[in-house]
Amino acid sequence: MSELLTRTFLTALISGGLIAGVSLMFTALGETISERAGVLNIGLEGMMLVGAYIGFVGAYYGHSFWVGFAAGIAGGAFASLFMVVLCVRLGLDQIVVGIAITLAGEGITSVLQDTQFGSTYPRLGAPPTVAIPVLSDIPVVGKSVFDQPLIVYLGLVAVGAVSWIFRRTNAGLNLRAAGEKPEALDAAGVSVVATRSYAALCTGAFAGLGGAYLSIVGAGTFTPFMTQGQGFMAIVIAMLARGKPLWVVLGSFLFGISLSVATALQLAGINISTDVVNLLPFIAIMVALVAFARRSYLPPALALPYVRGAR
Amino acid sequence: MTGATTDTALSPETRPLEPIAPSHRFVSDALDVVVRSIVPVLLALGAGAILLLALGRDPITFYSNVWKGGIQLTAWQDSAIRAAPLLLIAVGLVVVFRANIWNLGYNGQFLLGAALISGLGPHLVASEPRWLALLLLFLVAGGAGAAWTLVPALLKARYETNEIITTLMMSFIGVGVANILIKGPFQDPSVNIPQTRVLPLNKMLPSIPGTRIHIGVLVALAAALLVHFVLTRTSFGLRLQILGANPRAARHVGVKVPRLIVMSFLVSGLLVGLAAAADILGTWGYVRANWNPAYGDTVIPFVFLARLNALAVIPFVVFYAVLSTGGDLATQQASLSTDFLLVLVALILLFMTVIEYLGRRRALGASYLTPGLQQALRSPRLRRRTSA
Repeated sequence: MSELLTRTFLTALISGGLIAGVSLMFTALGETISERAGVLNIGLEGMMLVGAYIGFVGAYYGHSFWVGFAAGIAGGAFASLFMVVLCVRLGLDQIVVGIAITLAGEGITSVLQDTQFGSTYPRLGAPPTVAIPVLSDIPVVGKSVFDQPLIVYLGLVAVGAVSWIFRRTNAGLNLRAAGEKPEALDAAGVSVVATRSYAALCTGAFAGLGGAYLSIVGAGTFTPFMTQGQGFMAIVIAMLARGKPLWVVLGSFLFGISLSVATALQLAGINISTDVVNLLPFIAIMVALVAFARRSYLPPALALPYVRGAR
Repeated sequence: MTGATTDTALSPETRPLEPIAPSHRFVSDALDVVVRSIVPVLLALGAGAILLLALGRDPITFYSNVWKGGIQLTAWQDSAIRAAPLLLIAVGLVVVFRANIWNLGYNGQFLLGAALISGLGPHLVASEPRWLALLLLFLVAGGAGAAWTLVPALLKARYETNEIITTLMMSFIGVGVANILIKGPFQDPSVNIPQTRVLPLNKMLPSIPGTRIHIGVLVALAAALLVHFVLTRTSFGLRLQILGANPRAARHVGVKVPRLIVMSFLVSGLLVGLAAAADILGTWGYVRANWNPAYGDTVIPFVFLARLNALAVIPFVVFYAVLSTGGDLATQQASLSTDFLLVLVALILLFMTVIEYLGRRRALGASYLTPGLQQALRSPRLRRRTSA
C-alpha cells in the first residue's frame, strides 16, 4: 500500500513537474535570449497566453499537434511584434509596453475563449509520445520521464542549440554585445536594433511555444488566465540563470516540480491545503532572490533603448 | 503675431529667444496636455469599437450601455463608489513611479489588507465604537499593505535587486496568504462557501447624506490632495523627483537613497492598503476566497496619462470608474466576458506610448532647428501666413 502511494506520488510529481517545467523552460529560454540582448520582456505572460490560445485553436481545427505548436509559435511571435516595433525600433518604455502586452493578452484570449468555446469547452486528446527504448523501462520514473511527446526532446535540443549559439557563433556574440555594450556593437558595424529585434521575436516565439505546450499537452484545453504567473516566474528563472541556458533548464524543472507538488500530494492522499502548496514556488523564488540577490546578474544595457550617439 | 515680417528680416542671433507670446504658449501647452492625455483614450475607444465589430457586436449599443450603466439616473453614484479604491491605488502608484520605482505588487498588498480587515472587522465593530473601529481597520489595512512592500524595498535599497520581480512575487504570495486567511481563521462558520463574516450594514462606512456614496470616496479625494501637496510642496517630494530623474545625481546632492526608496515603498503600500479598507468597509463588507478585482492593473495607464500628477489622476480615475461600472452592464448585454475592459485598458497604454513617442520626437527634432523653422514647425498656420 505504501509502495503504491509513493509510486502514484512520484509519477504525479514528475509528470506534473515536467508539464509545468517544459512550458517554463521554453519561456525562460526565450527570455534569456532577449535579456542577453538587452530587452526586458515583462509582457511574457501575455505572449504565453496568446500562444496558448492560438496554439489550442490551431491544434483543435488543424487536427494536428504540430499545427498547434506552429500556431502557438506564430501567435507568440506576433504578440512580441509590438515589443519589437514599439520598444526596440521606437525606443518606448519596455516596462509600460510589457504591462500593456500582458493586459491585452489576458483580455483578448479570455474574450475570444468566452465567445468561441464558452459553451462547448472542447478538449484535445492526449498527444502521441515517443519512448526512449531502454531508459523508459526503468521502474517508477522511467515511464513518466522518458516517455514524452517529441516536442519535449526538441526543446532540450533547442536549449543546447541556444547555448552553442551564445558561446560559439558570431550571432551569439552580437547578441551579448547588444546587452552588454550596444555602442561597441554599433561601432563594429552591426545594427543594434536588428539584433535586438530578432532576439525579441525569438522570445515571443519561445513564449508562444511554452504557452501552446501548456494548453495542448498540459491541459488539453484553453482556460482564461491559465498561465497563472508562469510568465513572471520565467523572467525570474532567466534572471537567476544569468543567461546560461543549461541553468534555465535546471531552474525550470525545479520550479515545475514545486508547482506540481500540490496535485501529487493530493493524489497520494495527503491532505494539505492547495493554497499553501501553490505558494511554494513563489516563496522559493523570494528565498532565492534574498539569498542570491548580490549574485544575480543582469546585462548593463537591459531595458534601456539604444539611441545612436546618445550619452 | 504682427511682427512676423520683421522677424524674418532679423538674423537668428538677434531674434528674441521666446518667439511665442505667453498667451500662445499657454494655449499650446494646454493643447499639448489635452492631445497627449485624451487622444490615446479616444484612439483606444475607437480601436475597441473596431474590435467589437470584428467580434460581431454593435459598438454604438456597447458604448451607450456604458453611458447608461455608468452615468445615467443614479448609476453615477456607483461609479463614484468604484472610484474610491481606484483613486487610492492610483495615488499610491504615483508616489513610487515618481521615484522611478516599480511597485507592481499592488494586488497582494490590496488583498492582504482586505482579508485582514474583513477578518478582524466583525469583532472590532462589535466591541468598539463605530468611528474608532473603522479608524483602526483603516490603519490595519494600510499597515498590512505597507508591511508587504518591506522585503522588496529593503532588497532594492540594499542590493538593487530588481523590484519589478520582487514585488510581483510578493504579490502572488500575498494573494495566496489572503486566501489561506479567508478559508482558515477568518472563515464564516455559518456558511459553506469560503468567505469571511459579513459586516453589519449599519457598522460600515457611513454614506454622504442624500446619496449612496460612502465617505471612503472623500478619504480617497483627501489622500489625493495630500499626496499632491507633499509631492509638489515639500522636500520629500523634491527628493523623490530627483531620485526618479537621476539616482546618481540624487546621491550626489546628499539624498539618502536607500532610506528614500524604503519610504516611498511604504507610503505606496500604505495607500494601496487604504484602498482595500475603503472598498471593503464601504462597498462589500466581506471578502470571498479567490476574489481579486485587480484594480491596480487597470489603473496603471491612467497614472501615466496623468503624468504622475496626483491631482490630474482624479479625472482619469473617474473616467475609468464610469467605464468599468458601465462596462459591467455593457459586456453583460453584449454577452462578452468582462475581460474585454482589460483589452481597452491595454489599448490605452499602447496608444499612450505611441503618442508620447510622437511628441518626444517633435520636441527632440525641434531642438536642432533654427528658431524660425522651429516656430514654423510648431504651428503650420503661422508658416503659411509668413510665406504669403
